Amino acid sequence: MRWETTRNFKQAAWKALMLVSALITCSILVFMIGYVLGQGVKGLSIDFLTTKPSYLTEHIGILPDILNTVYILVVAIAVLLPLGVGAAVYLSEYAKNDKVVRVIDYAADILSGIPSIIYGLVGMLFFCQFLRMETSLLAGALTLVIMNLPTLMRTTRESLLSVAKGLREGGYGLGASKWRVVRSIVIPECLDGMITGCILSAGRILGESAALLFTAGFAHTLHGFFDGITNAGATLTVALYVYAKEQGEFQVAFSIAVILMLLAVIVNMSAEIVKAVFKRKKEG
Amino acid sequence: MSKTIDKVMQGFFLLCGLITVGCVCLITFYLIISGIPAVREIGLGKFLFGKVWASTAKEPLYGIMPFILTSVYGTVGAIMIGVPIGFFTAVYLAKFAPGWIKKSVGFVVSLLASIPSVVYGLVGMLVLVPAVRELFQIADGATLFAAMIVLAVMILPSIINVSVTALDAVPKKYEQGALALGATECETCFRVSVPAAKSGIIASVVLGIGRAVGEAMAVMMVSGNVANMPKLFGSVRFLTTAVASEMSYASGLQKQALFSIALVLFVFIMVINFVLRKVTLGGDGAK
Amino acid sequence: MMKRKILTAVMAVSMAVSCLTGCGSSGGAKGTVTTDGSTSMEKVIGALGESFMERNQGINFSYNPTGSGSGISAVANGTCDIGLSSRNLKEEEKADGLQETVLAIDGIAVIVNKSNEVADLSLEQIAGIYTGEITNWSELGGSDGEIVVIGRESGSGTRDGFESITGTEDACVLRQELTSTGDVIATVKSNENAIGYASLASVDDAVLTLSVGGVLPSSETVLDGSYAIQRPFVLVTKEGKELSAAAKAFFDYALSEEAKEVIEGAGVVPAN
Repeated sequence: MRWETTRNFKQAAWKALMLVSALITCSILVFMIGYVLGQGVKGLSIDFLTTKPSYLTEHIGILPDILNTVYILVVAIAVLLPLGVGAAVYLSEYAKNDKVVRVIDYAADILSGIPSIIYGLVGMLFFCQFLRMETSLLAGALTLVIMNLPTLMRTTRESLLSVAKGLREGGYGLGASKWRVVRSIVIPECLDGMITGCILSAGRILGESAALLFTAGFAHTLHGFFDGITNAGATLTVALYVYAKEQGEFQVAFSIAVILMLLAVIVNMSAEIVKAVFKRKKEG
Repeated sequence: MSKTIDKVMQGFFLLCGLITVGCVCLITFYLIISGIPAVREIGLGKFLFGKVWASTAKEPLYGIMPFILTSVYGTVGAIMIGVPIGFFTAVYLAKFAPGWIKKSVGFVVSLLASIPSVVYGLVGMLVLVPAVRELFQIADGATLFAAMIVLAVMILPSIINVSVTALDAVPKKYEQGALALGATECETCFRVSVPAAKSGIIASVVLGIGRAVGEAMAVMMVSGNVANMPKLFGSVRFLTTAVASEMSYASGLQKQALFSIALVLFVFIMVINFVLRKVTLGGDGAK
Repeated sequence: MMKRKILTAVMAVSMAVSCLTGCGSSGGAKGTVTTDGSTSMEKVIGALGESFMERNQGINFSYNPTGSGSGISAVANGTCDIGLSSRNLKEEEKADGLQETVLAIDGIAVIVNKSNEVADLSLEQIAGIYTGEITNWSELGGSDGEIVVIGRESGSGTRDGFESITGTEDACVLRQELTSTGDVIATVKSNENAIGYASLASVDDAVLTLSVGGVLPSSETVLDGSYAIQRPFVLVTKEGKELSAAAKAFFDYALSEEAKEVIEGAGVVPAN
């Protein structure tokens, strides 16, 4: 009987611990989100989103930062996509040597563990100084490509693993060349992995600041695409940092934070949706 | 014709595959090249174990012991606060929570993971720092302690996500077996499921350590950023923040010394990575 | 079939873009002025750049607020046209062939929390606080409370200016070493025992600006030198290297009569 009591007591204690922890986690979540929304929502307006800042009139608008974010996303994903998918295809279709696969895998692991501040430094040394790109969105985007390579590689590879062997063998059986099989059978089948990887990378790019500060700079000038990528510019997250730190404009910073959180929701949801859609397709 | 294309494409894919390796080499190469000169000039012992950092003084001193210790203490503190909370939350979510709670909390946790670190810093600076000051009756709240809490919150998502995935992957029959033998829910969970998911859970902790060591922007805003030897309620500077805060102004030997700090940070991360790989591969081997 | 074609197209386009962007590294295109440097000069340079662009359609002006040190090295490396420094150049920098042109003078305001009763400090008292000799506000006639000393990171032009005038170089005992003007103001605003310093142009009503030796900082007192803690805003160029036409136009505009009003509007005092 005593033993049963301690047993019940233990059971209750474990449960309490778990509930308390879950409660702490949830209250942190709710507090963070609530606080940012509470501080930031009132600063949002069409005007805020669609104008550029002016020092003369002390007006603040974040259109240039929004555009910079779009530019950097476009460039980074455009470079990242072929490289990441290529790496994944190589690993699953071409690589015959187990050692090579392991080395590449290990390298990807290392890359995903490196802190963004180190990416920022190396990006500055290599892209900005060595390749003479100066501080520009392009240098920032390329730094982000290296950062996100492992993500895209991994998601693409996972979906490649699920491609049925028979499909490929059928292709070869018909006398198709390797590239033909890869192009017409393998790559279309890993579309979901590619998209998920891109979405996840986009999410990480949206939230990045340390790697961009030293590579893409933090100007708020309005540019077209081609001027934009060769000039310094702040993405939304960097702009948030600059407005909060250099100018003490916390209101603006929180408003940007609200936008970023909204984008994060969209990113997360679309990743879920992509997963669900393709799962249904593959099963059906 | 098609053969040439085949060859070209094979080359392209090989190149892509090797790019990750190339990037790692590039990063290592640059960090070593730019990090070694200062260490040579200052002396490895003096650099690593010197207790005073006064980079712009007339007779500059470049000792990074305070940063190393702060990074270690800060990370340990964050792990001590964050891991229990994250672990128990993960167990609750994976094994006990009703489906809708698991789904919605899971969603919000991944949202938490995608909030830029600057925002954590901002909220920490405006809410946590004054709160720490009031609560502990100290002159200023920007302390190692505040940084630990911010880091603990920031590593929560990765700990929870990875642990939940590991716990979900435990085969159902293990648990059913334990339950059939008369074990309670909790006993099953902590004696069977958790040990079975051990490698995943350890991996989540190592991942959290990596995050905490590498975080720069958020801790910079809450830790006071003075190069003191670490004290729980004192102002401190981390390895990462040492690089971030002086980089934009630095020149000459000071700048080189900052690259050396980055190199030290890189070595830390490589060690953590190595451990992480050992842990996860070991786990796979056991299955 | 359709899916495949779209996919190939997407891949082709993205590869093409990656090639394009890979080759398209920039080399200071025509009609742009790039400036790089001091964060304290953000307001004045931002305002000047904006009014300059209004007057010269087609010239693109960019400013990268990275800090005096990196602004100076950017000019030296040739990665920007004009460097911005909120301190005078050091001898070794001049020896490297850099040239300084004082654009304006900025007062460094000493700020405390609004609830603080102290309104005036002498330079010696400020030095005493920053070197750790004076640790409590009650020693200065305020209410009892440990002074929370806030400074800037080493290398900051504001810190350079502040420490050289108060004579506290290498001797400061700080509680917080913050990396930007905004941080300093926010921290002083939230901590009633804090003291900090920041560019006069950036200080607003959220904090209390102290008078130093009985003189409150203002454009008059900064210009006639009676407010002691001040530093120059400097345009840095490379000696012997011809500025591009656009950069020259901006350089001349910044020092012209027209620009004075803009500079004053940004809260600092034109130098000439």
